[in-house]
Amino acid sequence: MQKQAIFQSKLLPYALVAPQLAIVLIFFYWPALQAVIQSFLLQDAFGLSTTFVWFENYVELFRDPAYFEAIVRTFLFSFAIAVSSLSFALLLAVMADKPLRGSMLYRTLLIWPYAVAPPVVGVLWIFMLHPSLGVLSRYLRAVGIDWNPLLDGDQAAALIILAAAWKQISYNFLFFLAGLQAIPKSVFEAAAIDGARPMRRFWTVTFPLLSPTIFFLLVVNIVYAFFDTFGIIDTMTRGGPGTSTVTLVYKVYSDGLLGGNLGSSAAQSVILMVMVIVLTGIQFRFVERKVTY
Amino acid sequence: MALRHFGAAAAFAVMVGMTASPALAVTEIQWWHAMTGANNDVIVKLATDFNASQTDYKVIPTYKGNYPDTMNAGIAAFRAGNAPHIMQVFEVGTATMMAATGAVKPVYKLMAEAGEKFDPKNYLSAITGYYSTSKGEMLSFPFNSSSTVMWVNLDELKKANVEIPKTWPETFAAAKKLHDNGHPTCGFSGSWITWVNLEQLSAWHNVPLASKANGLDGFDTVLEFNGPLQVKHLEKLVELQKDKTYDYAGRTNTGEGRFTSGECPIYLTSSAFFGNVKAQAKFAFNAVPMPYYPDVKGAPQNSIIGGASLWVMGGKSADEYKGVAKFLTFLSDTDRQVYIHKASGYLPITKAAYEKAKAEGFYKDQPYLETPLLELTNKEPTENSRGLRLGNMVQLRDVWSEEIEQALAGKKTAKQALDAAVERGNTMLRQFEKTAVK
Repeated sequence: MQKQAIFQSKLLPYALVAPQLAIVLIFFYWPALQAVIQSFLLQDAFGLSTTFVWFENYVELFRDPAYFEAIVRTFLFSFAIAVSSLSFALLLAVMADKPLRGSMLYRTLLIWPYAVAPPVVGVLWIFMLHPSLGVLSRYLRAVGIDWNPLLDGDQAAALIILAAAWKQISYNFLFFLAGLQAIPKSVFEAAAIDGARPMRRFWTVTFPLLSPTIFFLLVVNIVYAFFDTFGIIDTMTRGGPGTSTVTLVYKVYSDGLLGGNLGSSAAQSVILMVMVIVLTGIQFRFVERKVTY
Repeated sequence: MALRHFGAAAAFAVMVGMTASPALAVTEIQWWHAMTGANNDVIVKLATDFNASQTDYKVIPTYKGNYPDTMNAGIAAFRAGNAPHIMQVFEVGTATMMAATGAVKPVYKLMAEAGEKFDPKNYLSAITGYYSTSKGEMLSFPFNSSSTVMWVNLDELKKANVEIPKTWPETFAAAKKLHDNGHPTCGFSGSWITWVNLEQLSAWHNVPLASKANGLDGFDTVLEFNGPLQVKHLEKLVELQKDKTYDYAGRTNTGEGRFTSGECPIYLTSSAFFGNVKAQAKFAFNAVPMPYYPDVKGAPQNSIIGGASLWVMGGKSADEYKGVAKFLTFLSDTDRQVYIHKASGYLPITKAAYEKAKAEGFYKDQPYLETPLLELTNKEPTENSRGLRLGNMVQLRDVWSEEIEQALAGKKTAKQALDAAVERGNTMLRQFEKTAVK
């Protein structure tokens, strides 16, 4: 048995990983470190006056009841977005996986929404559901629903969840479809011969065999809902009405970029970072056990 | 659209770059702005004309996105050490720019050092007041200014047999009548909820929005807009929202289509809305002064401006500043101001330009373009109507909007909402005071 046959040089492996390491350091660790440093500072927008304030930015945040509301809201939003986009994408994938005429066309069409930028998604849904501009709003009002997301916080929240989930469906769909196609047909045939009906086949064969995909997508979707939805919120509701659509990442964006309050914004992103690390840790520790690869 | 104009601007910049002889060491002046469409054309024309008028300097305009984008781009560029020479900043960013001592070059200093003829008295004080210190020193150069006006759909008013309202009680009554006669979803509405219903309302009635002359006299200002007038006004809006005699149209100007489509026959928003109204409205319209409460003594006072001004950034060479100063003088020229006024619909900034447009009979066909000027010059500005200078204004407005929305949705009373808006706003002002350069 030869253990190290090919790489004689001790430096070569380091040299080979170096570019990747450099990218990770420069584009991930360096900005993260900057955020941590910035979160201890009180600074004006131009960076002309800087004061070191220890944990004041954090203390301010935790003193603000609105911040806790935003935390709770973010979890609810993320859960709703992940669950609805995952389940709907799975449904679509299962249907598109069937031997249909023109299935390629359906698949292509279903992937389209993913190519749309978040603010464009926002504008698109505004055109459909804005209380006065929206095409669908007229129908909603015609059937007696007082549709006004500009003042009704629950409706605004539903709107954001709908738009954010819609955008993510195609991504999930793509992975689900690939996952479904990777399941050997013989397994289904065996189950069918044993007399299992389609629903039973789905829950006992397809679902468990898809579990690695589902788990992966769960993590991706939560991260998406946490970090990637501020563009949609900004174009659709700007956090309103009241504060009913202010999520953590939108608060980071509006306080930092729109408000120029860099210290608080940095503190918020550090908290957000810690939250996602913990969340991902929990998922891998507990949810992953139920996943069969 | 924006891209097309950007392309035009870029092509123009390249063209000028190629024709300029290298022997003539031309000093370049970067001008970052947020104007799109027809207003971008105006900017490009101004730069072209200036560049053609002399050979020493070359103004290069660059479109940088909307107002907040342009400001953020400028701030980021400053932090990276290559700020533009001239930056267009919306009025909301005034306090942030003013607090950045060292990052900006006050216009009055610039003009004095460059030896340019410059008399602040030639400019409309209602406009320059917003951008000047309490001593009357002009910090930034007003460029595009507008004010709140009340747009009315004359056809619909006639149909419902309603006179153009002058006071708020008249407006509420008119809206009620319109609501009952063909406008069930919106009797009247408006954009920029806080600008129109807090900031302008207070100035128009000579009531303070904040202490220290609305912040003009110092950053240690506290908000004071939870007084009886503002509470009464919001209470009325809340009451009328219930049956949509008034219908809230969002924090920014996304609801303006409701006027041009004919849904809302009365709509309060910026006078700069005129381009869209002219292009889209299929009915007779006019813009009249904001309504006032006749029981408030001295009302109406004067309105305050919106729009943007040009800030000169710090840390540039004396030669570059000379060019910037020359350009500002060039912009102040009466004929040029009349041109900007006519082409963009924004207000002229000098008294001479206003007089000239009036003498030309410009307002006969387009009375709605004079309305904001009449409002701004209605009376000599007071402590409460000179302007606003509050730090973190973008965020402040969002917080105020949040609270007003709570009131309109019936979750808080008008008084509770305004008290909360004041309290939360004051916390942010204290935060700003801490970071402002002493």
